Amino acid sequence: METVVFFALAALAVGCALLLVLFRNPVYSALSLVGTLFSVAGLFVLLDAHFLAAVQIIVYAGAIMVLFLFVIMLLNLGSADPLDAIPGRFRQWAVIFLSAILVAHIGWMSLRHMRGGPIENEALATSNVPYIGKLLYTDFLLPFEITSLILLVALIGVVVLVKRESSKAS
Amino acid sequence: MNYALESLIKIAIVLGAVITAVAYTVLAERKVSAFIQNRLGPNRVGPWGLLQPLADGIKFITKEDVIPNHVNKAIYVAAPAVILIPALMGFAVVPFGDVIIVMGQKVELVIANVDIGILYVLALSSLGVYGIVLGGWASNNKYALMGGVRACAQMISYELSLGLSLIGVLMISGTLRLTDVVNLQASTTFLGFLPGWFVFSQPVACILFIVSVFAETNRLPFDLPEAEQELVAGYHAEYSSMKFAMFFMAEYAHMITASALIASLFFGGWHLPGIDPADDSLGVSLLKVLVFSVKTAFFLFVFIWVRWTVPRFRYDQVMRLGWKVLLPIALANVFITGLVLTLTR
Repeated sequence: METVVFFALAALAVGCALLLVLFRNPVYSALSLVGTLFSVAGLFVLLDAHFLAAVQIIVYAGAIMVLFLFVIMLLNLGSADPLDAIPGRFRQWAVIFLSAILVAHIGWMSLRHMRGGPIENEALATSNVPYIGKLLYTDFLLPFEITSLILLVALIGVVVLVKRESSKAS
Repeated sequence: MNYALESLIKIAIVLGAVITAVAYTVLAERKVSAFIQNRLGPNRVGPWGLLQPLADGIKFITKEDVIPNHVNKAIYVAAPAVILIPALMGFAVVPFGDVIIVMGQKVELVIANVDIGILYVLALSSLGVYGIVLGGWASNNKYALMGGVRACAQMISYELSLGLSLIGVLMISGTLRLTDVVNLQASTTFLGFLPGWFVFSQPVACILFIVSVFAETNRLPFDLPEAEQELVAGYHAEYSSMKFAMFFMAEYAHMITASALIASLFFGGWHLPGIDPADDSLGVSLLKVLVFSVKTAFFLFVFIWVRWTVPRFRYDQVMRLGWKVLLPIALANVFITGLVLTLTR
Protein backbone atom coordinates (compact mmCIF):
# COMPACT_ATOMS: atom_id res chain seq x y z
CA MET A 1 0.00 0.00 0.00
CA GLU A 2 2.67 2.45 1.05
CA THR A 3 4.78 1.60 -1.99
CA VAL A 4 1.84 2.17 -4.32
CA VAL A 5 1.13 5.57 -2.77
CA PHE A 6 4.81 6.45 -2.91
CA PHE A 7 5.14 5.68 -6.60
CA ALA A 8 1.88 7.46 -7.43
CA LEU A 9 3.04 10.60 -5.60
CA ALA A 10 6.54 10.40 -7.03
CA ALA A 11 5.18 10.03 -10.57
CA LEU A 12 2.85 12.96 -9.96
CA ALA A 13 5.70 15.10 -8.64
CA VAL A 14 7.94 14.35 -11.61
CA GLY A 15 5.10 14.70 -14.09
CA CYS A 16 4.05 18.08 -12.71
CA ALA A 17 7.66 19.23 -12.68
CA LEU A 18 7.96 18.30 -16.38
CA LEU A 19 4.71 20.10 -17.19
CA LEU A 20 6.02 23.14 -15.32
CA VAL A 21 8.89 23.41 -17.77
CA LEU A 22 6.92 22.42 -20.86
CA PHE A 23 3.86 24.67 -20.52
CA ARG A 24 4.14 27.93 -22.42
CA ASN A 25 1.49 29.67 -20.32
CA PRO A 26 2.96 30.94 -17.02
CA VAL A 27 -0.30 30.37 -15.09
CA TYR A 28 -0.32 26.68 -16.07
CA SER A 29 3.34 26.43 -15.14
CA ALA A 30 2.65 27.90 -11.72
CA LEU A 31 -0.22 25.47 -11.17
CA SER A 32 1.99 22.53 -12.15
CA LEU A 33 4.49 23.69 -9.57
CA VAL A 34 1.69 23.69 -6.99
CA GLY A 35 1.00 20.09 -8.03
CA THR A 36 4.64 19.19 -7.51
CA LEU A 37 4.68 20.84 -4.09
CA PHE A 38 1.57 18.91 -3.10
CA SER A 39 3.02 15.60 -4.18
CA VAL A 40 6.20 16.29 -2.24
CA ALA A 41 4.08 17.19 0.80
CA GLY A 42 2.37 13.82 0.36
CA LEU A 43 5.78 12.13 0.30
CA PHE A 44 6.63 13.91 3.55
CA VAL A 45 3.44 12.52 5.12
CA LEU A 46 4.48 9.02 4.00
CA LEU A 47 7.76 9.57 5.85
CA ASP A 48 5.80 10.58 9.00
CA ALA A 49 7.16 14.12 8.66
CA HIS A 50 3.76 15.73 9.22
CA PHE A 51 5.19 19.05 10.30
CA LEU A 52 7.28 19.37 7.15
CA ALA A 53 4.28 18.49 5.01
CA ALA A 54 2.12 21.14 6.66
CA VAL A 55 4.84 23.77 6.45
CA GLN A 56 5.47 22.87 2.82
CA ILE A 57 1.84 23.56 2.01
CA ILE A 58 1.52 26.68 4.17
CA VAL A 59 4.73 28.35 3.01
CA TYR A 60 5.21 27.15 -0.55
CA ALA A 61 1.77 26.27 -1.88
CA GLY A 62 -0.11 28.74 0.31
CA ALA A 63 2.09 31.83 0.27
CA ILE A 64 4.91 31.77 -2.26
CA MET A 65 2.92 30.31 -5.14
CA VAL A 66 0.03 32.67 -4.41
CA LEU A 67 2.54 35.50 -4.69
CA PHE A 68 3.78 34.09 -8.01
CA LEU A 69 0.22 33.93 -9.31
CA PHE A 70 -0.34 37.46 -8.05
CA VAL A 71 2.61 38.76 -10.06
CA ILE A 72 1.66 36.75 -13.15
CA MET A 73 -1.87 38.06 -13.00
CA LEU A 74 -0.83 41.61 -12.21
CA LEU A 75 1.42 41.73 -15.27
CA ASN A 76 -1.25 39.75 -17.17
CA LEU A 77 1.35 37.47 -18.67
CA GLY A 78 -1.25 34.81 -19.38
CA SER A 79 -2.71 36.44 -22.45
CA ALA A 80 0.44 38.09 -23.78
CA ASP A 81 3.11 36.32 -25.83
CA PRO A 82 4.61 33.31 -24.06
CA LEU A 83 7.31 34.11 -21.61
CA ASP A 84 10.69 33.10 -22.94
CA ALA A 85 13.45 31.88 -20.74
CA ILE A 86 16.49 34.01 -19.95
CA PRO A 87 18.37 34.87 -23.15
CA GLY A 88 22.04 33.98 -23.44
CA ARG A 89 24.45 32.06 -25.59
CA PHE A 90 25.47 29.51 -23.02
CA ARG A 91 22.00 28.68 -21.77
CA GLN A 92 22.02 25.03 -22.87
CA TRP A 93 25.49 24.50 -21.50
CA ALA A 94 24.55 26.01 -18.16
CA VAL A 95 21.47 23.78 -17.96
CA ILE A 96 23.47 20.65 -18.79
CA PHE A 97 26.23 21.55 -16.34
CA LEU A 98 23.86 22.26 -13.45
CA SER A 99 21.76 19.13 -14.10
CA ALA A 100 24.95 17.05 -14.17
CA ILE A 101 25.93 18.44 -10.77
CA LEU A 102 22.45 17.71 -9.41
CA VAL A 103 22.35 14.13 -10.70
CA ALA A 104 25.88 13.48 -9.48
CA HIS A 105 25.04 14.81 -6.04
CA ILE A 106 21.85 12.73 -5.71
CA GLY A 107 23.70 9.67 -6.97
CA TRP A 108 26.54 10.16 -4.52
CA MET A 109 24.17 10.65 -1.59
CA SER A 110 22.07 7.60 -2.41
CA LEU A 111 25.17 5.45 -2.95
CA ARG A 112 26.55 6.51 0.40
CA HIS A 113 23.33 5.67 2.22
CA MET A 114 22.73 2.42 0.34
CA ARG A 115 25.82 0.94 1.96
CA GLY A 116 24.78 1.99 5.45
CA GLY A 117 21.43 0.18 5.29
CA PRO A 118 18.17 1.69 6.55
CA ILE A 119 18.52 4.42 9.15
CA GLU A 120 16.45 4.45 12.29
CA ASN A 121 13.88 7.25 12.27
CA GLU A 122 14.64 9.23 15.42
CA ALA A 123 11.89 11.76 14.82
CA LEU A 124 9.21 9.11 15.32
CA ALA A 125 10.19 8.51 18.94
CA THR A 126 8.62 11.82 20.00
CA SER A 127 6.30 14.30 18.35
CA ASN A 128 7.52 15.94 15.15
CA VAL A 129 7.43 19.54 16.26
CA PRO A 130 9.50 19.50 19.48
CA TYR A 131 12.07 17.29 17.77
CA ILE A 132 12.56 19.72 14.89
CA GLY A 133 12.58 22.68 17.27
CA LYS A 134 15.26 21.11 19.42
CA LEU A 135 17.40 20.25 16.40
CA LEU A 136 17.09 23.77 14.99
CA TYR A 137 18.29 25.35 18.21
CA THR A 138 21.10 22.91 18.98
CA ASP A 139 22.75 21.00 16.13
CA PHE A 140 21.66 23.32 13.35
CA LEU A 141 21.83 26.63 15.19
CA LEU A 142 24.49 28.15 12.92
CA PRO A 143 22.80 27.33 9.57
CA PHE A 144 19.51 28.44 11.09
CA GLU A 145 20.90 31.83 12.13
CA ILE A 146 22.68 32.27 8.79
CA THR A 147 19.42 31.58 6.96
CA SER A 148 17.65 34.22 9.01
CA LEU A 149 20.51 36.64 8.26
CA ILE A 150 20.15 35.97 4.52
CA LEU A 151 16.44 36.64 4.76
CA LEU A 152 17.11 39.86 6.62
CA VAL A 153 19.57 40.96 3.92
CA ALA A 154 16.99 40.18 1.23
CA LEU A 155 14.38 42.16 3.15
CA ILE A 156 16.64 45.20 3.48
CA GLY A 157 17.58 44.87 -0.18
CA VAL A 158 13.94 44.99 -1.21
CA VAL A 159 13.31 48.06 0.93
CA VAL A 160 16.33 49.82 -0.58
CA LEU A 161 15.31 48.97 -4.15
CA VAL A 162 11.74 50.13 -3.68
CA LYS A 163 12.81 53.34 -1.95
CA ARG A 164 15.12 54.35 -4.78
CA GLU A 165 12.39 53.91 -7.37
CA SER A 166 9.84 55.99 -5.50
CA SER A 167 12.28 58.86 -4.88
CA LYS A 168 13.04 58.96 -8.61
CA ALA A 169 9.38 59.09 -9.48
CA SER A 170 8.62 61.98 -7.18
CA MET B 1 -14.80 -0.84 16.36
CA ASN B 2 -12.79 -0.87 13.20
CA TYR B 3 -10.80 2.37 12.86
CA ALA B 4 -11.58 2.88 9.18
CA LEU B 5 -15.30 2.27 9.69
CA GLU B 6 -15.35 4.58 12.69
CA SER B 7 -13.64 7.32 10.69
CA LEU B 8 -15.99 6.88 7.74
CA ILE B 9 -19.03 7.23 9.99
CA LYS B 10 -17.59 10.34 11.60
CA ILE B 11 -16.73 11.85 8.19
CA ALA B 12 -20.26 11.20 6.95
CA ILE B 13 -21.81 12.77 10.05
CA VAL B 14 -19.54 15.82 10.06
CA LEU B 15 -19.82 16.41 6.31
CA GLY B 16 -23.59 16.16 6.51
CA ALA B 17 -23.70 18.47 9.51
CA VAL B 18 -21.42 21.05 7.88
CA ILE B 19 -23.35 21.09 4.61
CA THR B 20 -26.65 21.39 6.46
CA ALA B 21 -25.15 24.14 8.58
CA VAL B 22 -24.01 25.91 5.40
CA ALA B 23 -27.56 25.86 4.05
CA TYR B 24 -29.02 27.15 7.30
CA THR B 25 -26.30 29.78 7.77
CA VAL B 26 -27.36 31.22 4.41
CA LEU B 27 -30.92 31.34 5.68
CA ALA B 28 -29.73 32.86 8.96
CA GLU B 29 -27.77 35.46 7.03
CA ARG B 30 -30.92 36.48 5.15
CA LYS B 31 -33.07 36.42 8.28
CA VAL B 32 -30.60 38.40 10.42
CA SER B 33 -29.95 40.93 7.66
CA ALA B 34 -33.71 41.37 7.31
CA PHE B 35 -34.02 41.87 11.05
CA ILE B 36 -31.19 44.41 11.08
CA GLN B 37 -32.72 46.29 8.15
CA ASN B 38 -36.21 46.13 9.64
CA ARG B 39 -37.59 43.71 7.03
CA LEU B 40 -39.18 40.27 7.33
CA GLY B 41 -36.80 38.18 5.25
CA PRO B 42 -37.69 34.90 3.53
CA ASN B 43 -40.86 33.52 5.16
CA ARG B 44 -42.83 31.87 2.33
CA VAL B 45 -41.33 28.37 2.08
CA GLY B 46 -42.28 26.21 5.04
CA PRO B 47 -42.92 27.49 8.58
CA TRP B 48 -40.98 30.77 9.15
CA GLY B 49 -39.23 30.14 5.83
CA LEU B 50 -37.33 27.18 7.29
CA LEU B 51 -37.49 25.19 4.04
CA GLN B 52 -35.96 28.08 2.07
CA PRO B 53 -32.52 26.36 1.75
CA LEU B 54 -34.24 23.42 0.04
CA ALA B 55 -35.90 25.75 -2.45
CA ASP B 56 -32.60 27.55 -3.01
CA GLY B 57 -30.84 24.25 -3.62
CA ILE B 58 -33.41 23.11 -6.19
CA LYS B 59 -33.19 26.49 -7.89
CA PHE B 60 -29.40 26.38 -8.13
CA ILE B 61 -29.31 22.84 -9.49
CA THR B 62 -32.00 23.34 -12.11
CA LYS B 63 -30.80 26.73 -13.38
CA GLU B 64 -29.07 26.92 -16.74
CA ASP B 65 -25.31 26.56 -16.35
CA VAL B 66 -23.78 29.20 -18.62
CA ILE B 67 -20.12 28.88 -19.54
CA PRO B 68 -19.19 32.09 -21.39
CA ASN B 69 -17.17 31.74 -24.60
CA HIS B 70 -14.31 33.94 -23.47
CA VAL B 71 -13.30 31.91 -20.42
CA ASN B 72 -10.37 29.59 -19.99
CA LYS B 73 -12.54 26.50 -19.80
CA ALA B 74 -10.46 23.94 -17.89
CA ILE B 75 -9.57 26.29 -15.04
CA TYR B 76 -12.98 27.95 -15.08
CA VAL B 77 -14.65 24.60 -14.42
CA ALA B 78 -12.04 23.49 -11.87
CA ALA B 79 -12.07 26.67 -9.74
CA PRO B 80 -15.36 26.05 -7.83
CA ALA B 81 -14.14 22.58 -6.85
CA VAL B 82 -10.74 23.95 -5.89
CA ILE B 83 -12.35 26.39 -3.48
CA LEU B 84 -14.99 24.04 -2.03
CA ILE B 85 -12.75 21.05 -1.27
CA PRO B 86 -10.34 22.77 1.19
CA ALA B 87 -13.28 24.59 2.73
CA LEU B 88 -14.97 21.29 3.58
CA MET B 89 -11.72 19.55 4.58
CA GLY B 90 -10.92 22.08 7.26
CA PHE B 91 -13.36 20.65 9.78
CA ALA B 92 -11.53 17.30 9.88
CA VAL B 93 -9.30 18.24 12.82
CA VAL B 94 -11.78 20.30 14.84
CA PRO B 95 -12.91 18.45 17.98
CA PHE B 96 -16.69 18.87 18.07
CA GLY B 97 -17.02 17.12 21.42
CA ASP B 98 -14.97 15.24 23.98
CA VAL B 99 -15.48 11.48 23.86
CA ILE B 100 -18.63 9.45 23.48
CA ILE B 101 -19.14 5.83 24.49
CA VAL B 102 -20.67 3.80 21.67
CA MET B 103 -21.15 0.07 22.24
CA GLY B 104 -18.72 0.07 25.15
CA GLN B 105 -15.99 1.79 23.14
CA LYS B 106 -14.61 5.25 23.71
CA VAL B 107 -14.90 7.24 20.50
CA GLU B 108 -13.11 10.58 20.18
CA LEU B 109 -15.39 13.18 18.65
CA VAL B 110 -12.91 14.41 16.06
CA ILE B 111 -12.27 12.92 12.63
CA ALA B 112 -8.48 13.09 12.59
CA ASN B 113 -6.66 13.74 15.83
CA VAL B 114 -3.37 14.67 14.15
CA ASP B 115 -0.48 16.21 16.07
CA ILE B 116 -0.27 19.21 13.72
CA GLY B 117 -3.98 20.01 13.72
CA ILE B 118 -3.60 23.78 13.88
CA LEU B 119 -1.06 23.81 11.06
CA TYR B 120 -3.40 21.63 9.00
CA VAL B 121 -6.17 24.20 9.36
CA LEU B 122 -3.80 27.05 8.49
CA ALA B 123 -2.59 25.15 5.43
CA LEU B 124 -6.13 24.59 4.19
CA SER B 125 -7.14 28.17 4.82
CA SER B 126 -4.15 29.33 2.80
CA LEU B 127 -5.25 27.05 -0.04
CA GLY B 128 -8.72 28.55 -0.10
CA VAL B 129 -7.41 31.50 -2.07
CA TYR B 130 -6.58 29.36 -5.13
CA GLY B 131 -10.21 28.91 -6.07
CA ILE B 132 -10.79 32.67 -5.94
CA VAL B 133 -7.63 33.50 -7.87
CA LEU B 134 -8.17 30.86 -10.53
CA GLY B 135 -11.85 31.67 -10.89
CA GLY B 136 -11.01 35.34 -11.28
CA TRP B 137 -8.26 34.70 -13.78
CA ALA B 138 -10.07 32.07 -15.85
CA SER B 139 -13.17 34.27 -16.19
CA ASN B 140 -11.13 36.54 -18.47
CA ASN B 141 -12.99 39.57 -17.23
CA LYS B 142 -11.31 42.63 -15.80
CA TYR B 143 -13.53 42.84 -12.74
CA ALA B 144 -13.06 39.15 -11.95
CA LEU B 145 -9.30 39.49 -12.42
CA MET B 146 -9.21 42.49 -10.09
CA GLY B 147 -11.09 40.44 -7.51
CA GLY B 148 -8.58 37.61 -7.82
CA VAL B 149 -5.59 39.94 -7.53
CA ARG B 150 -7.08 41.58 -4.46
CA ALA B 151 -7.79 38.18 -2.90
CA CYS B 152 -4.13 37.19 -3.37
CA ALA B 153 -2.75 40.29 -1.68
CA GLN B 154 -5.29 40.21 1.13
CA MET B 155 -4.81 36.52 1.95
CA ILE B 156 -1.03 36.77 2.10
CA SER B 157 -1.19 39.87 4.29
CA TYR B 158 -3.65 38.50 6.81
CA GLU B 159 -2.27 34.98 6.97
CA LEU B 160 0.73 36.44 8.79
CA SER B 161 -1.25 37.96 11.62
CA LEU B 162 -3.50 34.88 11.67
CA GLY B 163 -0.53 32.59 12.21
CA LEU B 164 1.27 34.91 14.61
CA SER B 165 -1.81 35.48 16.75
CA LEU B 166 -1.91 31.74 17.41
CA ILE B 167 1.72 31.60 18.54
CA GLY B 168 0.82 33.01 21.95
CA VAL B 169 -1.78 30.27 22.48
CA LEU B 170 0.65 27.62 21.29
CA MET B 171 3.36 28.89 23.64
CA ILE B 172 1.05 28.40 26.62
CA SER B 173 -0.45 25.10 25.52
CA GLY B 174 2.79 23.70 24.08
CA THR B 175 0.99 21.60 21.49
CA LEU B 176 -0.40 21.86 17.98
CA ARG B 177 -3.04 19.19 18.60
CA LEU B 178 -6.45 20.84 18.77
CA THR B 179 -7.91 18.28 21.19
CA ASP B 180 -5.04 18.94 23.62
CA VAL B 181 -5.60 22.69 23.36
CA VAL B 182 -9.28 22.22 24.20
CA ASN B 183 -8.58 19.73 27.02
CA LEU B 184 -6.06 22.14 28.54
CA GLN B 185 -8.66 24.90 28.60
CA ALA B 186 -11.19 22.54 30.18
CA SER B 187 -8.84 21.31 32.89
CA THR B 188 -7.29 24.61 34.06
CA THR B 189 -8.55 27.87 35.47
CA PHE B 190 -7.29 31.39 34.92
CA LEU B 191 -6.56 33.56 37.99
CA GLY B 192 -8.37 30.98 40.10
CA PHE B 193 -11.97 31.85 39.25
CA LEU B 194 -12.27 32.19 35.47
CA PRO B 195 -12.33 29.10 33.22
CA GLY B 196 -8.97 28.48 31.56
CA TRP B 197 -10.19 29.67 28.16
CA PHE B 198 -7.52 31.40 26.14
CA VAL B 199 -9.73 34.42 25.57
CA PHE B 200 -8.88 35.42 29.16
CA SER B 201 -5.15 34.75 29.09
CA GLN B 202 -4.67 35.82 25.43
CA PRO B 203 -7.29 38.53 24.80
CA VAL B 204 -5.16 40.38 22.24
CA ALA B 205 -4.50 37.19 20.30
CA CYS B 206 -8.22 36.43 20.34
CA ILE B 207 -9.13 39.78 18.79
CA LEU B 208 -6.31 39.54 16.24
CA PHE B 209 -7.42 36.04 15.30
CA ILE B 210 -11.03 37.05 14.83
CA VAL B 211 -10.12 40.08 12.68
CA SER B 212 -7.71 38.04 10.54
CA VAL B 213 -10.26 35.29 10.13
CA PHE B 214 -12.75 37.82 8.81
CA ALA B 215 -10.18 38.80 6.20
CA GLU B 216 -9.36 35.17 5.39
CA THR B 217 -13.01 34.28 4.81
CA ASN B 218 -13.54 37.41 2.65
CA ARG B 219 -16.36 38.60 4.81
CA LEU B 220 -17.31 42.22 5.22
CA PRO B 221 -15.55 44.51 6.18
CA PHE B 222 -12.89 42.68 4.14
CA ASP B 223 -14.91 41.43 1.16
CA LEU B 224 -12.82 43.37 -1.36
CA PRO B 225 -12.44 40.43 -3.78
CA GLU B 226 -16.17 40.58 -4.48
CA ALA B 227 -16.98 44.20 -3.58
CA GLU B 228 -20.30 44.54 -5.42
CA GLN B 229 -20.24 48.29 -5.85
CA GLU B 230 -16.80 48.36 -7.45
CA LEU B 231 -16.28 44.96 -9.05
CA VAL B 232 -19.85 43.79 -9.81
CA ALA B 233 -19.28 40.50 -8.00
CA GLY B 234 -15.54 40.20 -8.39
CA TYR B 235 -14.15 36.74 -8.88
CA HIS B 236 -17.48 34.97 -9.38
CA ALA B 237 -19.04 37.55 -11.72
CA GLU B 238 -18.98 35.08 -14.66
CA TYR B 239 -20.32 32.08 -12.75
CA SER B 240 -23.88 30.85 -12.77
CA SER B 241 -26.03 28.02 -11.43
CA MET B 242 -24.33 25.36 -9.28
CA LYS B 243 -20.83 26.71 -9.93
CA PHE B 244 -21.81 29.99 -8.32
CA ALA B 245 -23.49 28.04 -5.52
CA MET B 246 -20.20 26.21 -4.87
CA PHE B 247 -18.37 29.51 -4.39
CA PHE B 248 -21.14 30.55 -2.06
CA MET B 249 -21.04 27.27 -0.12
CA ALA B 250 -17.26 27.50 0.20
CA GLU B 251 -17.56 30.94 1.80
CA TYR B 252 -20.04 29.67 4.36
CA ALA B 253 -18.10 26.46 4.98
CA HIS B 254 -15.03 28.63 5.66
CA MET B 255 -17.10 30.69 8.06
CA ILE B 256 -18.26 27.58 9.92
CA THR B 257 -14.75 26.20 10.24
CA ALA B 258 -13.51 29.61 11.36
CA SER B 259 -16.25 29.91 14.00
CA ALA B 260 -15.53 26.39 15.24
CA LEU B 261 -11.85 27.30 15.47
CA ILE B 262 -12.51 30.49 17.41
CA ALA B 263 -14.69 28.47 19.79
CA SER B 264 -12.09 25.73 20.19
CA LEU B 265 -8.96 27.85 20.44
CA PHE B 266 -10.18 30.74 22.57
CA PHE B 267 -13.51 29.79 24.11
CA GLY B 268 -12.89 26.31 25.45
CA GLY B 269 -14.49 24.22 22.69
CA TRP B 270 -17.02 21.88 24.32
CA HIS B 271 -16.13 23.09 27.82
CA LEU B 272 -18.52 25.06 29.99
CA PRO B 273 -18.03 25.81 33.71
CA GLY B 274 -20.24 23.38 35.60
CA ILE B 275 -19.78 20.48 33.18
CA ASP B 276 -17.35 17.94 34.57
CA PRO B 277 -14.72 17.36 31.86
CA ALA B 278 -14.14 13.79 33.09
CA ASP B 279 -17.82 12.81 32.98
CA ASP B 280 -18.40 10.74 29.84
CA SER B 281 -21.92 9.43 30.29
CA LEU B 282 -24.04 9.65 27.16
CA GLY B 283 -26.08 12.66 28.27
CA VAL B 284 -23.07 14.74 29.26
CA SER B 285 -21.21 13.78 26.06
CA LEU B 286 -24.10 14.98 23.96
CA LEU B 287 -24.37 18.10 26.10
CA LYS B 288 -20.72 18.88 25.31
CA VAL B 289 -21.43 18.57 21.59
CA LEU B 290 -24.37 20.91 22.09
CA VAL B 291 -22.21 23.44 23.95
CA PHE B 292 -19.69 23.37 21.11
CA SER B 293 -22.45 23.80 18.52
CA VAL B 294 -23.97 26.74 20.39
CA LYS B 295 -20.60 28.48 20.66
CA THR B 296 -19.96 27.93 16.95
CA ALA B 297 -23.44 29.20 16.09
CA PHE B 298 -22.80 32.30 18.19
CA PHE B 299 -19.66 33.16 16.25
CA LEU B 300 -21.50 32.53 12.99
CA PHE B 301 -24.01 35.07 14.21
CA VAL B 302 -21.16 37.49 14.92
CA PHE B 303 -19.95 37.03 11.33
CA ILE B 304 -23.41 37.91 10.02
CA TRP B 305 -23.94 40.70 12.51
CA VAL B 306 -20.67 42.40 11.53
CA ARG B 307 -21.43 42.02 7.84
CA TRP B 308 -24.67 43.96 8.10
CA THR B 309 -23.44 46.69 10.43
CA VAL B 310 -19.89 47.59 9.35
CA PRO B 311 -19.05 49.25 6.00
CA ARG B 312 -16.31 47.93 3.74
CA PHE B 313 -12.70 49.09 4.07
CA ARG B 314 -10.98 50.82 1.17
CA TYR B 315 -8.26 48.68 -0.40
CA ASP B 316 -5.32 50.71 0.92
CA GLN B 317 -6.91 50.72 4.37
CA VAL B 318 -7.07 46.92 4.33
CA MET B 319 -3.39 46.69 3.47
CA ARG B 320 -2.40 49.27 6.06
CA LEU B 321 -4.43 47.57 8.78
CA GLY B 322 -2.86 44.21 7.98
CA TRP B 323 0.77 45.24 7.77
CA LYS B 324 1.05 48.29 10.00
CA VAL B 325 -1.43 47.53 12.77
CA LEU B 326 -2.18 43.82 13.13
CA LEU B 327 1.30 42.49 12.36
CA PRO B 328 3.18 44.65 14.92
CA ILE B 329 0.53 43.94 17.57
CA ALA B 330 0.80 40.21 16.85
CA LEU B 331 4.59 40.34 17.14
CA ALA B 332 4.38 42.32 20.38
CA ASN B 333 1.90 39.78 21.73
CA VAL B 334 4.29 36.93 20.97
CA PHE B 335 7.14 38.81 22.66
CA ILE B 336 5.15 39.69 25.79
CA THR B 337 3.73 36.17 26.11
CA GLY B 338 7.24 34.75 25.86
CA LEU B 339 8.54 37.22 28.42
CA VAL B 340 5.77 36.46 30.92
CA LEU B 341 6.18 32.72 30.44
CA THR B 342 9.94 32.91 31.04
CA LEU B 343 9.52 35.06 34.13
CA THR B 344 6.76 32.99 35.71
CA ARG B 345 7.98 29.47 34.96
